[in-house]
Amino acid sequence: MDALFLQVLNGLDKGGAYALIALGLTLVFGTLGVVNFAHGALFMFGAFCAVSLERIFSTSYVTISETEKDFLGNPLKVDVPYIQEWFGSGTANFLQDYSVPLSILLAIVVMGFVGVVMERGLIKHFYKRPHADQILVTFGLAIVLAEIVRHYYGANPIPQQAPEIVAGAANVGNWFGLGDNVVYPWWRLVYFVFSLIVIGAVFAFLQFTTFGMVVRAGMQDRETVGLLGINIEKRFTIVFALAAIVAGVAGAMYTPIYPPDYNLGMEFLVLSFVVVVVGGMGSLGGAVLAGFLLGILQSFASMNEVKSILPALDQVIIYLVAVIILLTLPRGLLGRQGVMED
Amino acid sequence: MSDRNDLTRRRVIKSGAVAAAGAAATPYFFSRAFADGHGYRNAPKGDTVTLGFNVPQTGAYADEGADELRAYELAVEHLNGEGDGGMLNTFSSKALKGNGVLGKKVDFVTGDTQTKSDAARASAKRMIENDGAIMITGGSSSGVAIAVQGLCQEAGVIFMAGLTHSNDTTGKDKRANGFRHFFNTEMTGAALAPVLKNAFGSDRNAYHLTADYTWGWSQEGSIQKYTEELGWNTTAAVRTPLGAGDFSSFITPVLDSGADVLVLNHYGKDMVNSLTQAVQFGLRDKQVNGKDFQIVVPLFSRLMAQGAGESIKGIYGSTNWNWSLKDEGSQAFVKSFGTKYGFPPSQAAHTCYSQVLLYADAAERAGTFMPSELGKSLEGFEFDGLGNGPVLYRAEDHQCFKDVLVVQGAQNPQSKFDLLEVVEVTPRSQVEYAPELLGGELGPYNNG
Repeated sequence: MDALFLQVLNGLDKGGAYALIALGLTLVFGTLGVVNFAHGALFMFGAFCAVSLERIFSTSYVTISETEKDFLGNPLKVDVPYIQEWFGSGTANFLQDYSVPLSILLAIVVMGFVGVVMERGLIKHFYKRPHADQILVTFGLAIVLAEIVRHYYGANPIPQQAPEIVAGAANVGNWFGLGDNVVYPWWRLVYFVFSLIVIGAVFAFLQFTTFGMVVRAGMQDRETVGLLGINIEKRFTIVFALAAIVAGVAGAMYTPIYPPDYNLGMEFLVLSFVVVVVGGMGSLGGAVLAGFLLGILQSFASMNEVKSILPALDQVIIYLVAVIILLTLPRGLLGRQGVMED
Repeated sequence: MSDRNDLTRRRVIKSGAVAAAGAAATPYFFSRAFADGHGYRNAPKGDTVTLGFNVPQTGAYADEGADELRAYELAVEHLNGEGDGGMLNTFSSKALKGNGVLGKKVDFVTGDTQTKSDAARASAKRMIENDGAIMITGGSSSGVAIAVQGLCQEAGVIFMAGLTHSNDTTGKDKRANGFRHFFNTEMTGAALAPVLKNAFGSDRNAYHLTADYTWGWSQEGSIQKYTEELGWNTTAAVRTPLGAGDFSSFITPVLDSGADVLVLNHYGKDMVNSLTQAVQFGLRDKQVNGKDFQIVVPLFSRLMAQGAGESIKGIYGSTNWNWSLKDEGSQAFVKSFGTKYGFPPSQAAHTCYSQVLLYADAAERAGTFMPSELGKSLEGFEFDGLGNGPVLYRAEDHQCFKDVLVVQGAQNPQSKFDLLEVVEVTPRSQVEYAPELLGGELGPYNNG
């Protein structure tokens, strides 16, 4: 029982990341009709917003210590962060400790800008082009973005620390009357809650604002919305920027769980497309549901008891489930007839 | 008409086949002819000799690869008489004079193994065939080392292994053209197990998480063998994919497995991630079976300790070499490396630097770069002054034997590099084993 509960928790944080990426992917596909293979790269870009902020906070000047020696016996060079010089060590320590959650603010600004530039500069020229063209150009863009990150940050994963206050593990077992063995890292729980908040915010935005109503109407039937005199294309830029921001903040907050490198986007991209298809093309609720479902199934598949019967099942479970669901429900879990179908 | 057409088609096919075979065989014939002319593959023509440094510049072991490359560049400088000479000054063999090797200036080319066997073989092949590398060295993975060692044997060049710890490199997969300075999992098990018994007692249940490739299997087997001999029980041994990144689904089953020791048979980024995540899951704060839960990392490096940060404190493991050693050779190397790069070298850097010096020295003593003659001058070679005390390159399996360092993550580090404390120097005699224990055949040398 304890083991099953822990695997559900494992699946929830992984599923949270899948759901957030798939949400943006579905939003772009549902409204703009664009198959965006660069969406994983936006998740990776967001992760590097966290890395960049941590580097900004660590930027230092060097002083020579008069008392300490380095490993060669020479006077020790001590790095003093500029923020420590400017704001004092208390503020500097706080900023460095909380660099990952603070990077959400940076990610919102940077990813919003990247989204607008991408949509205006490239994507809008491909709205009326075949999906094959869109896939080619966005896949190429994904490679370009990855190589830019590789050029400036190198090829190696760069670990990021969660704030000290959530560095340990929570005794989740006590909360639910289970054993003492059911503990789970605080930051993973934070990530799960964070993903729920972002998903809730996106749904609220689409549900309770006029802008959201038009976007939803456009997802259902773009032609009729156009006949009503609404120019939905004007809203495309904002929708694309919103999807980029969702992917970006998801990536930034994921860095203490998974040290990011330039290839992070590609690792998540294929899985996220499977999530979108399993959830139902164009269905935001389906994307979220499928994200969590596949995350949990992947966790269960990696249990020792399961792998002793079916080795390496955890590597293929998502694709197996996708095949089964698409054979039984060709439109995915929550895909509806007529939506995204010509 | 039909016959004429068939005949024509056949002629075309035949001509094409001959042309294709000729084109494919040309490099082979050239290299063979070249080898025959000088008696061995890639014999240096001019006044330089080219070495091939094949290191992971990307992938899970890229940190080690970067340090290996630094060490190689330093070794080349010292061989060519530049810099302060480093361990050339402390090496017991005095064949090298700092004027290159056999009168030729040392040059080098590099390749990226990507920590993948196929990529490593491709880059080694490129360096041998296109760049004329006479020797290949480097790598931070046993899977890569075994693959490249096989390629070098086929190509007829010497392979001086970098960081490879699996028994198989000089065991069942050993080759005459391959030589290993680094220790192996058998030696780690023999050195580490008694220290673990003294620290944690003989009534322990161990859970292994193991990188799923040759090194992980070898490490898991050796630690199991030696800890079980001392009374430990193995609760489970679970394989994890190389570069898994998120180990949470592998760590959660440990929590209620009844195990009171977690053995992480991981290296590089995998070890940094799995150890950090194991600590995040509160394993080091747990009590199981009335005992404090313990984590063991059998193969340590300072670079990994740096990545793991606080998590590494107090954790036991073994290492081939550490910069804090006080012998003359180690101090000379740390001074050279530290002055050039601003930080102390890793064990990977030390091994790679030593391997280049050992190769160059063997060439000088043999009077030739021919693999069979050069190799024989390494076989049974005993030396000192390269930082591990007296060392033997055993003739039977081309494995170096030296003292093994058992280390612990420093509890109170004095600097950002002071991350490992040497808790025991296990004497060479305690880790030696019979050559036939690990199987395999060296076979004959191949000169290309």
